[in-house]
Amino acid sequence: MPDRKRPKLAVWKFSSCDGCQLSLLDCELELLAVSEAVEIAYFLEATRKVVKGPYDISLVEGSITTPHDVEAIRHVRRQSRKLITIGACATAGGIQALRNFKDVKDFIDLVYAHPEYIDTLDRSSAVSEHVRVDFELRGCPINKHQLLEVLNASLNGRRPNVHPHAECVECKMRGNVCVTVAKSEPCLGPVVHAGCGGLCPSVGRGCFGCFGPMETPNTVAMAAKLAEMGLDGRDIQRRFRGFNAYADAFRRESEVHGG
Amino acid sequence: MAVRTRTIKVDALARVEGEGSLHVRIRDGRVQEVKFGIFEPPRFFEAFLVGRDYSEAPDITARICGICPIAYELGAILAMEDAFGVAVPQVISDLRRLIYCGEWIESHGLHVYLLHAPDFLGLPDALELAKVDKPLVERALRLKKIGNDILEAVGGRAVHPVNLKVGGFYRAPAKAAIRALAEDLKWAVEESLATVKLVGGFDFPVLEQAYTFVALRHERDYAIHQGRLVSNGGLDIPPAEFLDHFDEEHVAHSNALHGFMKDGHARYKVGPLARYAINHDRLSETARHAAHAAGLGPVVGNPFQSIVVRAVEMVQSCEDALALVEAYEEPDSPAVTVEPRAGVGHGCTEAPRGVCYHRYRLADDGSILSARIVPPTAQNQKCIEDDLLKVVEANADLSDEALRWRCEQAIRNYDPCISCATHFLDLTVERE
Repeated sequence: MPDRKRPKLAVWKFSSCDGCQLSLLDCELELLAVSEAVEIAYFLEATRKVVKGPYDISLVEGSITTPHDVEAIRHVRRQSRKLITIGACATAGGIQALRNFKDVKDFIDLVYAHPEYIDTLDRSSAVSEHVRVDFELRGCPINKHQLLEVLNASLNGRRPNVHPHAECVECKMRGNVCVTVAKSEPCLGPVVHAGCGGLCPSVGRGCFGCFGPMETPNTVAMAAKLAEMGLDGRDIQRRFRGFNAYADAFRRESEVHGG
Repeated sequence: MAVRTRTIKVDALARVEGEGSLHVRIRDGRVQEVKFGIFEPPRFFEAFLVGRDYSEAPDITARICGICPIAYELGAILAMEDAFGVAVPQVISDLRRLIYCGEWIESHGLHVYLLHAPDFLGLPDALELAKVDKPLVERALRLKKIGNDILEAVGGRAVHPVNLKVGGFYRAPAKAAIRALAEDLKWAVEESLATVKLVGGFDFPVLEQAYTFVALRHERDYAIHQGRLVSNGGLDIPPAEFLDHFDEEHVAHSNALHGFMKDGHARYKVGPLARYAINHDRLSETARHAAHAAGLGPVVGNPFQSIVVRAVEMVQSCEDALALVEAYEEPDSPAVTVEPRAGVGHGCTEAPRGVCYHRYRLADDGSILSARIVPPTAQNQKCIEDDLLKVVEANADLSDEALRWRCEQAIRNYDPCISCATHFLDLTVERE
């Protein structure tokens, strides 16, 4: 099939660990089929070939942390028919958004021998704070099967079959014994977005929130439960301040606690 | 003759992890300047870690790198265990080695076939290679997948595994799940031997460097997650003395620090070539024969041959993984008990790209007071720039495009993980 007939896919990177775009290369059984269905037009981690935009689908990894990023993401938006963010950095600012709770200017002065070389914004922000986003795929990292589903849905003009319900639901579907009930293990499952398949409870560990808040999470009740289990204010704050610390619901709940 | 100045620029390097750039200036055939820039923005990990609980460090530091999360999770875990005086039983140590073998197989498989081989074949990427030889790329992807299968079986997930903790694992993997990896690993040993043969037949640009190599060395194993730090210059120290001998400096053109040896402010090299030279006598018979057949001596000084050494290390890690899988019995307990106490701990392992060092200072309740992490790519930066200098001087007659590609290939010799390199900056603040 000639290249111009296939939809063009671009993969962009901002501040991140590369793990979410790696998830595309980790689709070992599907990668060649994907590359036959779409033209990989821009994907620096995989190819030095660059095909000019516009692009039918842009996958965006990483958060916005520099003045250059702010310009670059607008450029990506202008060139993209659909813009899909992949992962906690792009959808919520990522672990690096922990800086948002501190005074970053002092921070840089302390950290760098030569602060004048550093060009950074005082906040790490989600892509949707800067441009319109067509779909946000959650996770730290994303689930590669969900990534394939999102690509498939986008190519076929339908809504991705990605459920916004709580992690708890996935855990029940997997038949896990509840770690909170059985072991008094603190677990964020009731307020966290599904997507990982209930990984942590499957190894007897409480959920620590890789996929960020679900739709309308009851974080107040969650925090009360954590307190009832003996966690102090500082512990509760730390639970909400992980890879999705600056996602609205988690940020607000974390600000209530501390110590 | 008129003075002629050429500038070779690569604004955004492809087929590396993270964001890097290259700037070379040549005047009358003489190289004036080589800068390997890292513009990946810093993420300040050491700062986030301050005030967090020791038990959170493995999962937080994993997010430094999606390609080598085990290097960070385990580096942090070993450092905490060092600080708390925790020793784990052999079966836990073996499981750690197994999951680390998975990371090596996955990462080396990715780099050898998808990121580096296209340079030697004159192709932009492995997808173009698939158009010429689809079965080869399918086998490469299967090999890479077997690495990920190990990560999933032991760690629960390929990127940022969830099952590792200070003291051991949250749950011991079921014997059946681990033993089930054996058949694929037998195939993987054979396939990685074929890989050594394949990449050994590539044409290598001529470059011979007298590197100072630094790698972990273990009394029995081809070292991955334990051992002493040894150099070919006579250094032989426990990981706890790392900062007495190595340091980093902040240069203007890069967001990553540049590592150097304190003795003589000298550059040094970590990674496959270093491990191979330091631990040649620790390679398995099969791996050593494969290396010999591919034309490698006991020390490799041509960085372009790193692709062959990575393939040899794939043979080694597939064999090691197979032996560990076949010997695996479920432990009585997945983890030992950990009692936090105030102190300092060090952790040092061999990430696929080389030595990765962690140091933490902890309060008596287990809170982190300070963190320092030295990733492999930062340590290799001075060697990368020196290689580039030699490559440009030797190839100044190439066209700009050919020279640009050759320089990119020289950088990819290091499989640089730029996302990692940029996140480490010395933080001196300590909370009381």
